[in-house]
Formats: sequence, structure tokens, C-alpha cells
Amino acid sequence: MSVTDTAGVTGTAMAGRVSASRSLQDELLRGLDAPICLTWEWTYACNLACVHCLSSSGRRDPRELTTAQMRSVVDQLADMQVFYVNVGGGEPMTRSDFFEVLEYSVDHGVGVKFSTNGGMITPEKARRLASLDYVDVQISLDGADAMTNDPVRGSGSYDRARTAMDHLAAAGFGAFKLSVVVTRHNVSQLDSFEMLARDYGAELRVTRLRPSGRGRDSWSQLHPTAAQQRDLHSWLLARPNVLTGDSFFHLAAYGQALPGLNLCGAGRVVCLIDPVGDVYACPFALHDHFRAGSVLDSGGFAAVWRGSELFTELREPGSAGACTSCGHYDACQGGCMAAKFFTGLPVDGPDPECVLGHGEAALAAVNAASLPTVDNDHSRNDHSRRRMLPLSVLR
Amino acid sequence: MPSPPHALGPATTSIFDRDRAYRLHPKVALRPERFGALAYSYETRRLSLLKDLDLVSVVRSLADHPSADAALNIVPAAKRPAVERALARLVETGFVRERH
Repeated sequence: MSVTDTAGVTGTAMAGRVSASRSLQDELLRGLDAPICLTWEWTYACNLACVHCLSSSGRRDPRELTTAQMRSVVDQLADMQVFYVNVGGGEPMTRSDFFEVLEYSVDHGVGVKFSTNGGMITPEKARRLASLDYVDVQISLDGADAMTNDPVRGSGSYDRARTAMDHLAAAGFGAFKLSVVVTRHNVSQLDSFEMLARDYGAELRVTRLRPSGRGRDSWSQLHPTAAQQRDLHSWLLARPNVLTGDSFFHLAAYGQALPGLNLCGAGRVVCLIDPVGDVYACPFALHDHFRAGSVLDSGGFAAVWRGSELFTELREPGSAGACTSCGHYDACQGGCMAAKFFTGLPVDGPDPECVLGHGEAALAAVNAASLPTVDNDHSRNDHSRRRMLPLSVLR
Repeated sequence: MPSPPHALGPATTSIFDRDRAYRLHPKVALRPERFGALAYSYETRRLSLLKDLDLVSVVRSLADHPSADAALNIVPAAKRPAVERALARLVETGFVRERH
């Protein structure tokens, strides 16, 4: 949502990007009655095994919500006036009730933006998607060519994503989103992604690589270098129409903020419901440490959002820490909580990709044995967790 | 077919005129918040933050008044210019539309 805070009383926002005045930012940090940006992962099952998967997806969890439970969650979200949800996974289209829940949601005023690798979008399904109002589709692609994309997302995944884009275009879907996680290897292809999106009449969305899920193991090899981060910041500043999901707010410490809220929204304006109904502070924090409750608890999602101990704590003013004494703290606000946690850095310390370089020094001091354990791993087998070898072809 | 998300600019170019009658766009939902309200347009996928409780009251009552000016009468004089500017912005961005 690109929120221009025009009259001092309103701010307008594009869904997905919000920018806000200081006073509004303070209000948002205290939390909202319901999230603005709720990610809801529908399954841990996935037909791919991306090396940076935030949710370590692969296998379906036997405890995943049933169709009836999914409908009940939609009812709760509709009651809370959650205007739309960002649906992900896993691959949400692997659920046999995918269209049933999708249609139930939009029929109840909860719009759906869903992320998919595209592998299951047949011409027929593309037409069905195109026939639905309030549904937005985001196709993930992490390289502008198969050589760059496939080592990260799996063999054949580039071609399948392109085929899905062709099917959506042929079905007259309209403007879908092309969603790219920025890595060391594709950051030089941003112009190509922009052209590719333009060719399809699509919008480009680029987001930050997080060391969450399987990304914990691949992050150090994939995250952009310091020089690349600076170029990325300039590139994005020149392109306010490129969506970022507000994910690069740590770059504001270069001196100029990108369009967006520019704050960590975890538990304040953002949260995650996972496939078994557990509620976490944000989509990058699938770890017990950030689990606030479950939609299956008495009181449901609203009780977790409004009253959980974790979310209440996150809405309190930030505690003093190494970063608060830094002159740039107001700009970056200490960066991404999840990125710090999964790289073993203190939550009140610098972001691992702090643009002033404080993260690198802090990372060097981290003892590997003190890294958080990986829990909630649904990778198909040990093989997919250790599938780092193909990345070497990118060097 | 889904409406395009209109990422590239304001949804409309309507100009606010306080003597005309207005209403909330039928595809816009308002959600009360501590500081005012959140407005969401299902058509343009835009979100707007209404940061003032009087502004929210004005927007909700527009349909019951013959003009925006009449609806704005509930706002204390000192605050009225800011609320009117905000309302004008909501008209320009299509959250509020003219009523005929």
C-alpha cells in the first residue's frame, strides 16, 4: 500500500503497501483491532522444495485444518472485517478443497491474494480463477531464466511458472503479480523481471530473502551482498510502482525510506495462521518462540489477535537495546525481528543485513551452537534440507 | 474477471465540491479502529486510513445529508479544514463518490 499521508487526517494505501506519517506509525505500532495484512498458509504440502522455503514445506501435516474448520476461520475473519488474506503454503493449490475454500472466502467478503508456484494452474483452472472477483494471483519466480531460477526452486520450475503465466494471460485473468525473492544471484536481473512482468501486463513484486525455514540453511549463500543491497535500494527508489510487501524497510537507514509503512508489523498489523491453525507473529517467524495461540483455541482467532501474551508484548514500546543508541534507529527501527532471531542475533540488536554493517560484525560473533533449533519442519526428507549443492552452479 | 489493482495512480480524478451530495463507494468497507477507521476498496484493492473519529462520522453520514457541507457541520470549526481536505482526498481516490 503506498500510503501517502496527504491531509494529515487520512492516509491512502495500496493493498500490499502502506506508508504512513510518524503519528500514524505510532498508532499502528500499538496494534489494530484486526490485522491489515494476514498471511494464511493453507497447507504444508508442496510439489516443489525450494531451498529458501520460509515454512520448510513439503509434506502435508495430518493435523491440517479440515474444510469445515477452514470455513469457520473465514467466518471469523469476516466477522473481524479482515478485508483480504494472503494465502500461501506450501502450495495452496494442492488442497483438494482449494477452490471451495477460495470461493467461500471471497463470497464472505474476505478477498484472497494467493501465492503459487504455478505448477498446478492448468488452462481450465486459469479460466476458473479469471472468473472470480476479489482473487489476486502471485506467481513465484526467483530467476529471470531457468539457469538462475531452477537451482533455488527446483528443476523445471521456471518453465512451469512461465506456462502458468501463459495460461493466466490466455484466460484473460488481467494483472497478476510476478513475485521475486531477491537473492545474490538474481539481483542483477531486476530489469529483466520488470520487462517480463510488463510483457504479461503483470505487476512486479520483489521481497526480501529471510533466513527462516529452509532459508536458515541457504541464507548465507543467497542473501544479497552489501553492495547489491545499496544498488537494490536505488533501483527500488526509482520504481515506486514495484511492490515490496514493505519487506525492505531496513534499507531506510541509507537515508531515504521506500514507499510503505516502514515498520515491523509483526503482531501489530501482520500475523500468520499456519496450516494447522497455529497463529504466529509474522510469516517469517514459524517457530515456537513466536507462536501466539491457535484459531482452534476457545475465542478463536480474535482472542489470539487481541489478547495473546505475545502480541500484547510486541505492541509495547520497544525495549532499549544496542540499536536504540544508533542515530539511524528511527529509520530502520532495528530491522527484521525474524531475520535476527534465525541468525542467532539478539532481537534488540542489529539486523543481519544492517546497511551500516553492524550486522556483519554481530554475525561473526554468533556461536553456531546457539542458533535456534529448526522446529515445524515439513520438508519431504533429509535430502531436500541438504539440497544446497546445486547452488554452486550459480557461482 | 478481477478488477485490476490500479497500482499506478488514483482510481479516479473526481474533484471534491462541498456543495454536492456524496456517499461512501458501495464497494468500500469501513472498519472501526481506535484512531478512526480503516477503509478498504474491494474494487481498487486500496486501503485508506482515516485518522480521525470526526472524519469517520462525516463519511458515514454523507448519504443522509444533502451536501458534504451539511455533513461537515458536526466537525468543530478549528478542525474542519483538515477534515474537509481529508474528505476531498477520499473523493479523489474514489473511496467516496458523488451521489446523484
